[in-house]
Amino acid sequence: MTMNLARRPIAYGLAAFVPIAIALDTPASELAEAEQKGLDIALEARQKKVGFENFTASQVMVLRNKQGRESRRALRVKVMEVEADGDRSLFVFDEPRDVQGTAFLIHGHKDKADDQWLYLPALKRVKRISSANRSGSFMGSEFAYEDMSPPEVERFTYRYLRDEPCGELTCTVVERFPVDDKSGYSRQVVWQDTEELRLWKVEYFDRKNAHLKTLTVDGYQRYLDRYWQASNMNMVNHLTGKSTVLTWTDYQFQTDLVAMEFTQTGLRRVR
Amino acid sequence: MARDIVGLDGRAVALGRRGLALLLSLTLGDVSAASGWELCRAVDAQAGTCAAPGSAFARVEFSGSLGLEARYFPRSPGHPGQGSEPSSLTAKSSVYLESQSGWSVTLSPFFRFDSEDPRRTHADLHEAYALFVGFVGDAQWELRVGVDRVFWGVVESNNLVDIVNQVDLVEHPDEKSKLGQFMGHLTYAAPWGVVEVLGMPYHRQRTFPGRSGRLRFPWLVDADLATYESSAEERHVDVAARYSHTVGALDFGISAFDGTSREPFLVPAFRARDIALAPHYRQIRQFGLDGQLTLGAWLLKLEAIHRTGMFNRLGREEPYASLVLGGEYSFYSVFGSALDITVLTEWCYDERGTRSTTKFENDVFLGARLAFNDVQGTELLVSTLQGTDHDSRVFSVELNRRLSDRWSLRVETIALRELDPTDILYETRRDSFLEVGIVYSF
Repeated sequence: MTMNLARRPIAYGLAAFVPIAIALDTPASELAEAEQKGLDIALEARQKKVGFENFTASQVMVLRNKQGRESRRALRVKVMEVEADGDRSLFVFDEPRDVQGTAFLIHGHKDKADDQWLYLPALKRVKRISSANRSGSFMGSEFAYEDMSPPEVERFTYRYLRDEPCGELTCTVVERFPVDDKSGYSRQVVWQDTEELRLWKVEYFDRKNAHLKTLTVDGYQRYLDRYWQASNMNMVNHLTGKSTVLTWTDYQFQTDLVAMEFTQTGLRRVR
Repeated sequence: MARDIVGLDGRAVALGRRGLALLLSLTLGDVSAASGWELCRAVDAQAGTCAAPGSAFARVEFSGSLGLEARYFPRSPGHPGQGSEPSSLTAKSSVYLESQSGWSVTLSPFFRFDSEDPRRTHADLHEAYALFVGFVGDAQWELRVGVDRVFWGVVESNNLVDIVNQVDLVEHPDEKSKLGQFMGHLTYAAPWGVVEVLGMPYHRQRTFPGRSGRLRFPWLVDADLATYESSAEERHVDVAARYSHTVGALDFGISAFDGTSREPFLVPAFRARDIALAPHYRQIRQFGLDGQLTLGAWLLKLEAIHRTGMFNRLGREEPYASLVLGGEYSFYSVFGSALDITVLTEWCYDERGTRSTTKFENDVFLGARLAFNDVQGTELLVSTLQGTDHDSRVFSVELNRRLSDRWSLRVETIALRELDPTDILYETRRDSFLEVGIVYSF
């Protein structure tokens, strides 16, 4: 929490060029050192994702309650990279069938709240909706809205914890703290492998610092020889015993998506 | 896919010129010829979409719902012939066909069978349009030709600016159900905003309940007696335009409409055996403004219109302005639960006051929407519309809940309390009702 908003762009500018060795030389406490390293890892992970332009994919969510009863969600996702701002995402619901055709558009931002619109096909109505609901459940699942969009580096402050073995790989473990006070989390602990900085596990702690949820990720595949994407994400809620398995399929990168599809006019055309 | 849309192929343009009917018959013919349906449904029924192999279409999609509804009116009827326990069967479906080159056809028929009121038993084509899309630099154009529904507006109680489609009043007294409208609808979306232009060559009459139906005047509205101010009658070509844009937290729209009023003026008329109400449709001009400011958990909303050419309640032409001003605030995850509560307040004002022809002459709409964010997607909306000039009140409770991935439940009750004799709803004062419905979606 040592960074403030105004100073952040400068901090990034430095972080991009200054080798860690120099950062280590600065007369800073061990804490500041860990913060810098955590941020550097986040920036490096972001750098690995830059340039994808856009992708489309399908998602199936299986929601499971404590008794093991299942419920299905199916949606299609389109994501477009925006230079110097957050990504634009479009979710189109196919299941459950009563919300079929409902679409959700997000214009992500780095330095302010996202813009969000909802398309309701029964009324053919586009509604601008509040993006203040960061911690609410997405479609009744264990994923919150804030878990659904790719986390912008600027949305957190960081602290490097340790490196440790994870399966056959070595993982770097970083703690990150949401900047937004509307986030449902006080902190998250993130496991990423040291080779490709792929995300393998996240532990979420609620505002009372109780261990709320754990996300485990696997089934990584590489697209365009460069971009690693997971196939399976399993979110378990430790307080309720509920879980949601999110399966990604049909990834396609650098499609002919255009920016105009991520507008209110485009939203009305969604099928 | 999207860039393929740029070039309309010759066939599409030719078809567009020769009219929608031909287009529809051809495209539907294609489907049955390719008999891609069953194949398609089997291949990818889960996603609800597919590319039918061997057909001319890049994508074929079919969806819909069947509903069963029962209404119960606890008070005895106020007008002769009215029933008290109607039940209904509804069917809705939508077919979407997308060509290889990107243009598409959408067909969405609707049907309701009502056990008591033959006027409420009706079918309507909500959508039957062809859609073409293309690019000009960093702007995009879109043309829809055929029957479609267009929604304009931001508020919850009374969408003043929403004038394109006729109200399907037999569907629901809230005037939010709309009939399909013939139109050519051109949209130009550029970085500086969105411009829409509409031409509507055929006027649809408003639907009204029949003799056995509740929620009506003592006299029946007889659509056969309808008169128009325009000598072209229902064939008058109405035009409308809208400019809308998003600037940061603000979404706004400016609209204009020139043509046949959707709202009729009802004139008593003598028929062979009784008196009926003859709808009279005036030529009107309306300018509208709508805007919403989205600030954190606050939404601040405004809709305002100025309309000329309408008759007031006294049957005299009176230009007027009307507005709805309000907002909503959401409390998320209240008491640490998944529950979100949104509180809504809107003030509806019509400067004609008691000469107004609507129920929103000077009323306050208060409501609360409870979203439980559970697997069933349970939502409860409680609202009241309260007159500020007199004591009339309309209470409404609406509950929606999914029973399974395909079945859902809807319960609604509308209670009309202490209606003032001057209130437009006075004749429906005995028509409070409870409705329970189940819907199967496919």
